[in-house]
Amino acid sequence: MPDILLLLAHPDLQHSRVHAALRAALQPESARAGARWALRDLYALYPDYVIDVAAEQAALLPARLVVWLHPVHWYGMPPLLKLWLDEVFTYGWAYGPGGDRLAGKDLWLVASTGGTERSYRPDGHNRFFIDAFWPPYEQTASLAGMRFLPPMVLHGAHHAARQEIDEFVDMLIDRLRNWPDWPEIADLMPCIQGVAPEGERPAPGDT
Amino acid sequence: MSNWLVLTLVYLAAAVIAVPLARFAGLGSIIGYLMAGIAIGPFGLELVSDPQAMLHFAEFGVVLMLFLVGLELEPRRLWAMRHPIFGWGSVQLLGSAALLLAAALLAGVPWRLALVAALGLAMSSTAIGLAVLNERNLGGTTAGQGVLSVALLQDIAAIPILALVPLLALGGGYDDTSDPIWKEALRALGVIAAIVLGGRLLLRPMLRWIARSRTPEIFTAAALLLVVAIAALMQSVGLSMALGAFLAGVLLAESEYRRELETDLEPFKGLLLGLFFIAVGMSIDFHAVMRHPGLIVGLVAGFLLAKALVLWAMARAMPIPLAERSVFVVLLMQGGEFGFVVFQAATQARVIDGDTASLLVAVVALSMLLTPLLLLASDRWWAAHLQAHRQESAQHRIDSPQSAPVIIAGFGRYGQIVGRLLFASGMSATVLDHSADQVEATRRFGWQVYYGDATRLDLLRVAGAAQAKVLVVAIDDVEQNLALVDLAREHFPQLAIVARARNAQHWTQLHQRGVSFIERETLDSALMSGRSVLELLGIEPHRARTLAQRFRRHSVQQLLEMAPHLGDEKRLISMSKAGREQLEQLLAQERELAERTRGRSDDPSAGKAPTA
Repeated sequence: MPDILLLLAHPDLQHSRVHAALRAALQPESARAGARWALRDLYALYPDYVIDVAAEQAALLPARLVVWLHPVHWYGMPPLLKLWLDEVFTYGWAYGPGGDRLAGKDLWLVASTGGTERSYRPDGHNRFFIDAFWPPYEQTASLAGMRFLPPMVLHGAHHAARQEIDEFVDMLIDRLRNWPDWPEIADLMPCIQGVAPEGERPAPGDT
Repeated sequence: MSNWLVLTLVYLAAAVIAVPLARFAGLGSIIGYLMAGIAIGPFGLELVSDPQAMLHFAEFGVVLMLFLVGLELEPRRLWAMRHPIFGWGSVQLLGSAALLLAAALLAGVPWRLALVAALGLAMSSTAIGLAVLNERNLGGTTAGQGVLSVALLQDIAAIPILALVPLLALGGGYDDTSDPIWKEALRALGVIAAIVLGGRLLLRPMLRWIARSRTPEIFTAAALLLVVAIAALMQSVGLSMALGAFLAGVLLAESEYRRELETDLEPFKGLLLGLFFIAVGMSIDFHAVMRHPGLIVGLVAGFLLAKALVLWAMARAMPIPLAERSVFVVLLMQGGEFGFVVFQAATQARVIDGDTASLLVAVVALSMLLTPLLLLASDRWWAAHLQAHRQESAQHRIDSPQSAPVIIAGFGRYGQIVGRLLFASGMSATVLDHSADQVEATRRFGWQVYYGDATRLDLLRVAGAAQAKVLVVAIDDVEQNLALVDLAREHFPQLAIVARARNAQHWTQLHQRGVSFIERETLDSALMSGRSVLELLGIEPHRARTLAQRFRRHSVQQLLEMAPHLGDEKRLISMSKAGREQLEQLLAQERELAERTRGRSDDPSAGKAPTA
């Protein structure tokens, strides 16, 4: 079983440049025996938004690195990935009492934005640095006991040159092959699972 | 061994050997039965000596068939068909009889013999017509409805014709018979009224009572008893048994037992009908044929031609779509089982002598034997003719006609929706259907349309199956549906098959053939209705959607798990029993699933993200 799980979420791959290239580059390896990673194309698996929770949890278990690949839409993840998160990261499984199945794994975000890097600045029309949009991801990882690795972002995806996209894809593959031997990982703190106080939410069986 | 054991052995063996052989040769099962009859009859191996007795017994197959036809026709639909039945039916019978009578009189035949022969030969074979409609799944087409209408009128007309035959013999004896005839008519009306009233008021409560006993074989027995009783009642007043059975069928068409009656009686009908055709094969008097070979050939050709002429004119006037006309004509042009009865009655009444009768019986039987062959010939010839015709008329647009990547076989309610989605998405498809009406509907799409039996290899080739990417098998008839899948997998392995399944059984059969895109035709619409019900009961819409989706996945999963266990052994279990058991299992597992999820579903945020 590969220990890297890639979750690709793009609602319209037919009109995508970056993610179509990502899928084309990553999928062949995923299908091979002894592959370094397994790729799950969420919009292809669940075009009707009916997620097979058991299958998704089973795919997460053997992984040590979970990668989310998605375009940034309205400063967050596409709806199917959010639904996946809602339904797969369940109470008592991913967090809460006994919810330690994801603890100790790494979570890495690989995203593309339509806006240029310049637009993600206080003087740009997106007004915030891109890092300002990651805290919900970081906290999600923390609640599940996962270590949130520094995201890898391609800006200005609409107008990126073919070569730029190819370089992005090559770099991604390179990083995947070398994980976990990344220079920045050495600097990261070991991860400690966040805990929600008791009584914050009803326990199962309460009415 | 006792005599009936030997007879059963001979009949069953002959049928089991001849029918698959005939079907394998592409001749259809009716020819197979007829051949089997000729083989074992007095002029073949002489294994059976008394074909008339068997013919009499096997006629019950025709009775059962008309009961089943009646079951398919609600009274309202029958009422709507009154014009074609009485109008076109009368045109066919009287027109053919008049033409034949005129020809016979011109040839110098005595008028009584000419009249009896004309009336007897004007009748068509309900058994062949409806059996072919069934085998080719043509019942719903315009031609199919036309054949049914004419056959029904002939059944009704058999009564006055049989009453007329003795009158011919008596000649001047009009006074003696007027009273009994009048009384008989009254009695006949009384029996029909009793059947209609009894069917309306008594049959359903009775069937309900029997069904409550929960003994399936008794229900089957009751179904048989019902048909036998009605046949006996009709025969006792000298009416057509088949007509009575048909009436009873119509009266039960709206009842909740319709499907069950159908499945219970279907095998009896099939076997008895087979027996009937065997008996017809046996009753061809080859000695009579040998004595006057020229005369027989002339008679067969002449009366087929005369009837075909009338039918062709009718088909043009009705109108029956061009592509279906040949089927309509061929299915009604042969002589039929009522002809046998008329000739027998005429012999008894001494209107015609024994030799003439056996000659006429041989003529009718030969014409019945010819029907399937003529049908095959007309398929080939007419299809080619139409093809040429179409190409002529569509000369102005020769834009690589068969290049559509999709073939939709079956363009009824199901295939049309698939087609409309493709059309709306700017895709194009080639359509195959056996109903010219449906084919007409596709003209709006501007698509390439082929009329005919999609299970024919040559038609598939013409439609471009060798170049297409996807084959949509939307045929509603399960056997044809599977036959097409087999054909496509064998000859066009590159085609991705998207199949419509009638039910879970059919789904399994498709799955076993390696089809991966199978949809049960009612599943999704029924689930949508189920969602509406849940919503009306106060379940939030999105929750109802989730429940329905869970059920759907479970149901598909269920089928996948059961598929490997439903191998050959499944065929042994009767269809209905297997269906019932499947449903029970499904519901039990569904309840269990509901129990398991109930604990979670009471917790509104179960399985959801932490509340921030």
